[in-house]
Amino acid sequence: MRVHAQRAGALFGGLAVPAVSLADWTMNMRPGVTSTSNEIFSLHMTILWICVAIGVVVFGVMFWSIFAHRKSQGHKPANFHENTVVEILWTIIPFVILVAMAIPATATLVKMYDTSESELDIRVTGYQWKWQYQYVDQDFGYFSTLATPRDQIANRQRKGEHYLLEVDNPLVIPVGRKVRLLLTANDVIHSWWVPEFGVKKDAIPGFINEAWVRVEEPGVYRGQCTELCGKDHGFMPVVVRAVPEPEFQTWLAEQKAAAEKERELTQKDWTLEELMARGEKTYQTTCAACHQPDGRGVPPAFPALRGSPIATGDLAAHMDIVVHGKSGTAMQAFGSQLSEVDLAAVITYERNAWGNSTGDMVTPKQILDFKNQQ
Amino acid sequence: MYLVFSFTMFLLGGSMAMVIRAELFQPGLQIVQPEFFNQMTTMHGLIMVFGAVMPAFVGLANWMIPLMIGAPDMALPRMNNWSFWLLPCAFLILVSTLFMEGGAPNFGWTFYAPLSTTYGPPSTTFFIFAIHIMGISSIMGAINVIATILNLRAPGMTLMKMPLFVWTWLITAFLLIAVMPVLAGVVTMMLMDINFGTSFFDASGGGDPVLFQHVFWFFGHPEVYIMILPAFGAISHIIPAFSRKPLFGYASMVYAVGAIALLSFIVWAHHMFTVGVPLAGQLFFMYATMLIAVPTGVKVFNWVATMFRGSLSFEAPMLFAVAFVILFTIGGFSGLMLAIAPSDFQYHDTYFVVAHFHYVLVPGAIFGIFAAAYFWLPKWTGHMYDEALAKTHFWLSFIGMNLAFFPMHFLGLAGMPRRIPDYALQFADFNMISSIGAFMFGATQLLFLLIVVRCVRGGEPAPAKPWEGAEGLEWTVPSPAPYHTFSTPPEVK
Ligand code: HEC
Ligand code: HEM
Ligand SMILES: [Cu+2]
Ligand SMILES: [Cu+2]
Repeated sequence: MRVHAQRAGALFGGLAVPAVSLADWTMNMRPGVTSTSNEIFSLHMTILWICVAIGVVVFGVMFWSIFAHRKSQGHKPANFHENTVVEILWTIIPFVILVAMAIPATATLVKMYDTSESELDIRVTGYQWKWQYQYVDQDFGYFSTLATPRDQIANRQRKGEHYLLEVDNPLVIPVGRKVRLLLTANDVIHSWWVPEFGVKKDAIPGFINEAWVRVEEPGVYRGQCTELCGKDHGFMPVVVRAVPEPEFQTWLAEQKAAAEKERELTQKDWTLEELMARGEKTYQTTCAACHQPDGRGVPPAFPALRGSPIATGDLAAHMDIVVHGKSGTAMQAFGSQLSEVDLAAVITYERNAWGNSTGDMVTPKQILDFKNQQ
Repeated sequence: MYLVFSFTMFLLGGSMAMVIRAELFQPGLQIVQPEFFNQMTTMHGLIMVFGAVMPAFVGLANWMIPLMIGAPDMALPRMNNWSFWLLPCAFLILVSTLFMEGGAPNFGWTFYAPLSTTYGPPSTTFFIFAIHIMGISSIMGAINVIATILNLRAPGMTLMKMPLFVWTWLITAFLLIAVMPVLAGVVTMMLMDINFGTSFFDASGGGDPVLFQHVFWFFGHPEVYIMILPAFGAISHIIPAFSRKPLFGYASMVYAVGAIALLSFIVWAHHMFTVGVPLAGQLFFMYATMLIAVPTGVKVFNWVATMFRGSLSFEAPMLFAVAFVILFTIGGFSGLMLAIAPSDFQYHDTYFVVAHFHYVLVPGAIFGIFAAAYFWLPKWTGHMYDEALAKTHFWLSFIGMNLAFFPMHFLGLAGMPRRIPDYALQFADFNMISSIGAFMFGATQLLFLLIVVRCVRGGEPAPAKPWEGAEGLEWTVPSPAPYHTFSTPPEVK
């Protein structure tokens, strides 16, 4: 019997060690930086330990039998096969444990759902495959797309530290304030997740979901889209920069000034070269995900623009599809997403790149006129 | 027939999983592009669920239920034939979508609208057609099972004397009949949206994308129990046989299965905790889901109590059965964790969920099927299989499976979303381990093919009752069981 006890002890040890090292951050959930994420973390650890404890008891009995009650050890089988008291006991005890677990879970859930009394509202819209952030009361917004170079993804370049978890324009929020997120989507369902905040909420076309976050520590927090949303689902990260209040105010002022400058650019006289240069940049960030950097597309889902009848043919049709998109397809209405300058630049670029040599140049003013006509 | 078909599908779905794991071996895109990756995950899921697990259980039912209840054959042989031949048709259509313009379905096995409707590839219509055919086949299979069990039992076999495998299949068959029409309904709504201009799920037309998820999961959750209950049944025969001791708590096992089946209809929204269900709904589904853990726990306790103070021996079926209990319980634990709604916000749609359902499906459904196959192979073929090879198969599967899926818990907790072809650098190590485990598990399954083929071809002749502790009518007839086994029904006391 002593031998069995030793063997069983070794087995428990073996089972318990991985469980303890689960507390290591590389394997386990992180507590995060909000009260919600902290509460979730403690719920997670409680239920994990309850499971480990039940596991030790159940598997303990089982391994005891496996070692001690073998036929090869000459063990004779007992013949019991029913015991109502035991059955009732092992129905009631788990039930009680579950009730004990449900109480704190309910409390946390109620708090997570309380989006009242927010101090800043941000509208988050999911697009295939980028996020749009609009500061509702400040009346401005921008897009946030993956910043990892394609060469890193295709293994032609060494991968950076934040590979796939970096964007061009992160969401910026002030620390210490209750920020309410109003989530929706433009095309398919996406889901906005930042593990450190304990916030994950689906962005659904036609619905507005609410979530809130109050970050206590300044820093950069990274997450990803977690609802399958098509080809580049794995390539639409969420990056949030939480900054102290004064810094947030400066940032807001800068953004507004920059938006004003952008508007002035519409009036400037552009040359073909300038438009091509700007267009290439816009194209690579906004259009290349579908139409590919070399304009070949991924037919039949995403048509090629190289030599396409629209990109080399009627200018009005080209402006129309870019500005208004095509409903019911992945081709979005970029008229509301890009500035007139960028629209003009990207159309000019498409008409003159990859051997599409129409020589046409579209100016921001033309785009403005085109929009106003409608 | 069913079993051969299902094993073929298992290998096909498995090779797609190998493509997935190969791509995820290292960060960066190496082998496949994201579009194709999404097609692989989708087809892997669909083929495993509908092509491998479900037909395998129907196959076991066809072979074993008549033997276990003392009937000559299934009640409705013609319908049986139909329901089988529909399956290859359905899967031929499904697999052919891989070669269509625009590729195969790429929206996950849950095919959420509008990704699968407005934004779906042209092959979606064929996918819907395949689902319809397969659904009809399942319903016919289920009707046949019910008819057989209710009408052809041997005299004296009352319901509460039925073998557990028969019980679990009876309940599964009712689940199938209840939910397959719901699945048919939801794909029909998709069909209308795609081809006939309706807007069930299109918000811009006044529809509701969330409605899709409610309908889908109303089918989907009972579906996961359809994939596990028959395995519960088979395990409940194997553990007593190799413990040489009767099953502990027969009646409570039957009630537990019934309770699980009933509860499975009111937990569907636990797959939708992040969708924005109102608080009251959220709480209801959280409590209901936690409640399922109670009857599931009762079953595990009963199995352990059956082993306790038995006289145990560990032939291949028992090895698979014990692994089933242990690993399924681990999957049940992670299921319980997922049921805690606030925590699910962190786990949902990450690799933690992938780990959870593979821990219930691979050891649950697949190990259950292996255990049943080894247990009854002598009865089917009249030969014993090669025990040493079968044990090798077990240990390699067991190690491979844990190596593949255990690290996925860590990946999910560290923040890796599911269904992505490429990942951030901090996930690299565990992904590599997981891929190695997956390759090992995958390759090992060819061994099973070898063992079965050799067992069919020849081997030591099997007696009528090759397992010392086995109980039941199937062991009273010679091995292999003759056609139309019980022409005169046996008497059950
Ligand atoms: C999310 C994927 C996606 C993105 C991003 C995208 N497009 Fe498209 N685009 C499409 C699809 C799909 C079509 C085909 C629509 C149809 O069915 O006619 C299309 C069609 C077009 C066409 C017409 C091509 C032809 O010959 O039919 C042009 C021009 C075009 N897009 C320009 C752009 C520009 C400019 C951008 C960037 C500002 C862009 N697209 C970004 C998906 C996209
Ligand atoms: C019995 C066999 C079981 C099977 C086959 C199974 C299968 C699955 C599958 C396939 C998913 C993934 C859904 C997706 O695509 O996102 C899932 C999720 C889930 N399962 Fe299970 N499950 C089983 C048992 C359980 C049990 C016993 C519980 C609870 C006690 C449970 C709770 C959950 C929850 C809460 C989710 C949602 C997770 C999420 O989407 O975030 N499951 N299960
Ligand atoms: Cu997304
Ligand atoms: Cu996504």
